[in-house]
Amino acid sequence: MALVFRQRSILPGFGISMGITLFYLALIVLIPLSAVFLKTASLSWHEFWSLATEPRALASYRLSFGASLVSALLNLVFGVLVAWVLVRYSFPGKRVLDSLVDLPFALPTSVAGISLTALYSRNGWLGRPLEAIGIEAAYSRLGIVIALTFVGLPFVVRTVQPVLEEMDREMEEAAASLGAGRRQIFTRVILPTILPAVLTGFAMALSRAVGEYGSVIFISGNMPMRTEITPLLIVTKLEQYNYAGAMAIAVVMLVTSFLMLLVINMLQRWCSKRSGG
Amino acid sequence: MKRTVSLGSRSVPMAVARTQLEPVLVRRLLIAVALLFLGLFILLPLGIVFASAFRLGAGAYLNAFLDPDTLSAIRLTLLTAAIAVPLNMIFGIAASWAIAKFQFLGKSLLITLIDLPFSVSPVVSGLVYVLVFGLQGLLGPWLADREIKIIFAMPGIVLATIFVTFPFVARELIPLMQSQGNDEEEAALTLGASGWQTFWRVTLPNMKWGLLYGVILCNARAMGEFGAVSVVSGHIRGLTNTMPLHIEILYNEYQYVAAFAVASLLALLALVTLAARSLVEWKSKQHLADVRLTHKEALEI
Repeated sequence: MALVFRQRSILPGFGISMGITLFYLALIVLIPLSAVFLKTASLSWHEFWSLATEPRALASYRLSFGASLVSALLNLVFGVLVAWVLVRYSFPGKRVLDSLVDLPFALPTSVAGISLTALYSRNGWLGRPLEAIGIEAAYSRLGIVIALTFVGLPFVVRTVQPVLEEMDREMEEAAASLGAGRRQIFTRVILPTILPAVLTGFAMALSRAVGEYGSVIFISGNMPMRTEITPLLIVTKLEQYNYAGAMAIAVVMLVTSFLMLLVINMLQRWCSKRSGG
Repeated sequence: MKRTVSLGSRSVPMAVARTQLEPVLVRRLLIAVALLFLGLFILLPLGIVFASAFRLGAGAYLNAFLDPDTLSAIRLTLLTAAIAVPLNMIFGIAASWAIAKFQFLGKSLLITLIDLPFSVSPVVSGLVYVLVFGLQGLLGPWLADREIKIIFAMPGIVLATIFVTFPFVARELIPLMQSQGNDEEEAALTLGASGWQTFWRVTLPNMKWGLLYGVILCNARAMGEFGAVSVVSGHIRGLTNTMPLHIEILYNEYQYVAAFAVASLLALLALVTLAARSLVEWKSKQHLADVRLTHKEALEI
């Protein structure tokens, strides 16, 4: 097989493995995804725009992005803290806790949804004390933020952890011997080193939160205009056989996720350049 | 006299330790806040699943699994994973062989495209298949003429599951195989092994732990997928309900014990997945150490 774009190698199997890869990728991912754009092309630009920007859709974008942003920021702060504690300190139960950080990746979203709702509803372990001080956690926007924080929890921890582990402690020692205080060392030495990883984890958590469905719908109450996230609005429109409306909003979501994937790729390239250089 | 202070398992001279550690109070405070955060968002949600499932005792818990709809949901979930996981495994091995072992144009674009299903919302992933195979979809009329049902039936559930678990195996294998390089395979081929022999005897043993973890992760997600499957399933009880969907139905019918009983099985699966991850990480580190040792010995000889 003489493919022009490939460098010569003595290893066999390029043709068949690449063939399987491209065929399966096209069949499962690329063709179905392009079908959305193909179907949407049957709408005129005006129709598409009015469907994608109807008041209920706009309210859902505001809620989905707002709540995702808040939860990703929470995960940024606590993720760095958890990564720091797991790498630098030792305490009993640390290894178990370390592997449990990945729980939100492994736990099905509907399980997370009903367990968070049970925790934060009025009779729940946490809902009751919160209600006593006048905070309504379940069936509110706060509930959405809680669910999205759960879902995005592992990202910042897992991007920052390896960078902290590989960090050269000599830099900190040098800074200390030159008279820098602990706070100065953190802001001038540690923070700049982990910043690309922190931002990558933040962007991943944000991207995951914007599209999240299962863990949110149980706890959010799902009131149109108030606590209705964008993925739920798509499902509602589908159940009403409003395919055009569902499609228009789905295209908005797809374009945002492509943009975020682009940003995440750029951040990751920045990360590997940092650690390589 | 040199005083040392223990830092984890190592001993470090005092002067160095002081620059690396915060005051005890700050350290304890940071650990406490981290534990509080993880307790609130990880341990409590996990604990309440089992607490609610066993709230009315073991009898009520076991009773939940006598419901024929629950049993059929479990069967459908197992069947779906049994189809989706092997297909994604074959794809993952093929993709990682092509990407890690060869240099070609457009490689990073290909990797990005493989990652694509991760960044698409599960609901949109389901919708995509409705727009292809549904009655209003591109192929809808053609399929309806031939009475082939994909949406609101099992093929749709399997397709949506394959889509959302698509990247898992490939993503585990590509970095692993890239870090291992081509030397061993090239040596085997030069010594006269065939391509297949090289793959079975050299490549597969080297990647087995990564492959195992990728498959376990892919399986966990395949059995637990909710959003995408929910859009294509049609929620027909006893027919197109998977375990995660059945949990939603039971919960909405206020059958809390039954809902959490089914949820506890999936939570257990998640815990097994995490344990397997720790084990595989430990094993692959050992494997790497072994390989380094043999290389060193070979060099010394």
